[in-house]
Amino acid sequence: MNDFFARGPALGLRLVLAVACSIGLMFVDRYTDSATQVRSYLTSAVSPLFYAASLPESVITSASEQLMSQQQLLQENAALKARLLQLDAQLQLLNFLQLENNKLRALLGSAPVVEGQRLIAEVLAVYSHPFSHQVVLNKGSNDGVAVHYPLIDDKGVVGQIISVTPTSSRAILISDNTHAISLRAERTGIRTIAEGIGQWDQLRLIHLPLSTDIREGDRLLTSGLDGRFPEGYPVAEVVSVSRDDSQPFISVQARPYAKLDRIKHVLILTPGSQVEAVRQAEEQP
Amino acid sequence: MRPAQGLGYIYLSLLAALLLTIIPLPYQMTLFRPDWALLVIIYWTLALPRKVSIGTAFVVGFLTDILVGTVLGVNALAFSVVSFIVAANYLKIRNFSMLQQALLVAMFLALYQLLLFWLSHFLTGVNFRPGYLWPVLTGMLAWPWLFWLLRRYRRQLKIQ
Repeated sequence: MNDFFARGPALGLRLVLAVACSIGLMFVDRYTDSATQVRSYLTSAVSPLFYAASLPESVITSASEQLMSQQQLLQENAALKARLLQLDAQLQLLNFLQLENNKLRALLGSAPVVEGQRLIAEVLAVYSHPFSHQVVLNKGSNDGVAVHYPLIDDKGVVGQIISVTPTSSRAILISDNTHAISLRAERTGIRTIAEGIGQWDQLRLIHLPLSTDIREGDRLLTSGLDGRFPEGYPVAEVVSVSRDDSQPFISVQARPYAKLDRIKHVLILTPGSQVEAVRQAEEQP
Repeated sequence: MRPAQGLGYIYLSLLAALLLTIIPLPYQMTLFRPDWALLVIIYWTLALPRKVSIGTAFVVGFLTDILVGTVLGVNALAFSVVSFIVAANYLKIRNFSMLQQALLVAMFLALYQLLLFWLSHFLTGVNFRPGYLWPVLTGMLAWPWLFWLLRRYRRQLKIQ
């Protein structure tokens, strides 16, 4: 045991050093803006680990695709074609309605709504910690992605981009503890804010007075008032409303439409004219 | 005895633990995932406290922070504290029976989860759910197997 004497600094001193370093890191990460850039560099430095970790899953997925019989593929193909036909038919009507809507808006003297572009991205990695609901996507600034771009899937809003590297980007989901989104109830038009509470299947609506008309089953859409998300995308459905007269606000829980726990592909929206207008209005004092 | 004997193998096992931490699992199972990286750090601190202790724990904790997306430094601090307690008492802990050790490891894991929750609550306002404590139970159940596996690993490769 000749290494008994060759110890570095005492254990206590090392602990103090480590704790001091960690506290320093926490403050830099939480309370300064430079950290998001640093963090995206660090994340791209460890991205080989993400690829390695997702290898078993992708091998299994591709193997099961290889083993799929021709019969199954034909069935799937037919089902998809039928679905595409239906969606195309709906789209014809939608285009007509959009044109009509723009004409009406022009008559009212307000600017027509121009939709932004869409970009399909694949989820590379899901941060699996309960305290942070974030995903890494395979599209970055080279593909035109920028910070604050909203994310949707086929059912509803998923989240927004929070940091971008040239080839990948990181997005925060609406269920994250630090995320909130401005919504409007479809039935009554009431505006509200939905906070994530760190659960995949639940959001909390905050600051709704007791007299608010809101029920279970109400659909909640984006309001477009936050200058991030375009108006009218479905976000969540109210699942429980409990009124307690001793509390100042109602406690309302909603379930996101998007399957946040099993997202594989998402659409990144570039902000359209409406979002830009809100942001410009906010910037003017 | 060369000072760097087998250090590479130790880091290899830590790397494997980090991979297990981020490997995609079905949603229902993620809540039960044991804290592999911390368990492996506890083992090495117990077995070779001169080689692996607070410094290594800090680095692995920092990597965990980057990988799982918590605020940088949160895991690093919690890992360092647990590693300090183990390194300060390794002679006592080694003499415990496997059952006692597993219970003690559960206490360390609970301390880790508590530190993690407390810091995250302070920094980002996380709400507590009892479900966050599942890794303590699964970690306790995994400990005897992990201990056996890593001891074989250490003896086969003569890491000392």
